[in-house]
Amino acid sequence: MVFKRYVEIGRVAYISFGPHAGSLVAIVDVIDQNRALVDGPCTGVKRQSMPFKCMQLTDYVIKVPHSARQKFVRRAWEKAQVTEKWAESNWAKKIEARQKRAQMSDFDRFKVMKAKKMRNKVIKHEVKRLQKEAAKKA
Amino acid sequence: MKFLKGLQGPRFVCVYVNVKCNVVIYVTSPDVGLFFIAKMAEGDKKVAKKAHCSRNPVLARGIGRYSRSAMYARRAMYKRKTKTTETKIEKKLKVKTPSTITKTVGGDKNGGTRVVKMRKMPRYYPTEDVARKLKNHGKKPFSQHKRNLRATITPGTVLVLLTGRHRGKRVVFLKQLSSGLLLVTGPLALNRVPLRRAHQKFVIATATKVDISGMKIPKTLSDAYFKKKRLRRPRHQEGEIFDTEKEKYQLTEQRKEDQKTVDSQLLPLIKKVPQLKGYLRSSFCLSNGVYPHKLVF
Repeated sequence: MVFKRYVEIGRVAYISFGPHAGSLVAIVDVIDQNRALVDGPCTGVKRQSMPFKCMQLTDYVIKVPHSARQKFVRRAWEKAQVTEKWAESNWAKKIEARQKRAQMSDFDRFKVMKAKKMRNKVIKHEVKRLQKEAAKKA
Repeated sequence: MKFLKGLQGPRFVCVYVNVKCNVVIYVTSPDVGLFFIAKMAEGDKKVAKKAHCSRNPVLARGIGRYSRSAMYARRAMYKRKTKTTETKIEKKLKVKTPSTITKTVGGDKNGGTRVVKMRKMPRYYPTEDVARKLKNHGKKPFSQHKRNLRATITPGTVLVLLTGRHRGKRVVFLKQLSSGLLLVTGPLALNRVPLRRAHQKFVIATATKVDISGMKIPKTLSDAYFKKKRLRRPRHQEGEIFDTEKEKYQLTEQRKEDQKTVDSQLLPLIKKVPQLKGYLRSSFCLSNGVYPHKLVF
């Protein structure tokens, strides 16, 4: 298929820029070509209209009728355990890793460099060993 | 002075310190002739006489209440000894500073001494009388300037030196000296940076800190200790002017000792933090994709 994730009622979206950047939100209704009515009761986003441009669709959909009120959106969200599933997803982990990397201090960067060096040494050593064995057999 | 409130007419309060050092306060007013006496505690010995306010109340500007002779009596000038011309007393001939001094001069066939005047005539008379400039306001010399220190730099912070022969090296900050420069040490054993001064502006303060609170930094480490010594005795010989001047820095024993005392306290503290020793040994560098404005130090 060309598109796998569709804008639909209940689609959970990730807000990429703007004042609520970084939080998840559920699409509750579509206003027009460019905007949706959006609500994020469990993520601290008030019910509001939001342009599609700043939303990135995720894999999660919650079962909610259109224009449902916040109480029911919250209920459906918690039932589907969206926040837990999101935290386990690779997408969220990558975002977190990126943030951690940006906050590293100079000393942390040094420690990371040392750790990477040590890890690569072990890997290279093992690879060399296996190559040698393979060459020997042939 | 609450008791003054009820009085009418001009009221004069005089505080008189009598010979026995009791303070006597007289309050007078024309109709009531009241006076109130207070005594200071007997324990006061000869206190230095505090300057009294004017005993001659002002009637109008430039006009006092009492005449010269009345003031003489009020101020008890008859009791005070003024300085009479003392120099007439032959005993107390003041030692006048000599007008000339004889100094010895080196070299032979020079006549060994010269007579030097202590107070010389001015060597320059300006052709015009230049008006004296008004005094400056608030322009202080460097020694009295206010020293600032960035909030991120506290004792024990690891700094990255940016200029000088030790550029790129990571170094421990000890304290700020009175000139505003930062006293810094490698430690020497880790990165060959001795006890040295660094300028605040040419340094990056990292977030890494060593707990230095228990350390004792010798008091002798000051700006004068670190100041560069200039030996200028130009011999005025044509060929050898640029030759033997003190270019090389000579390491003194005192510096070595001070370095030892400071580093011996600092190294154990550094060893406590894992990997800090290797961190101080390494130097800071930028590489592809690393932008200083995006880095968190």
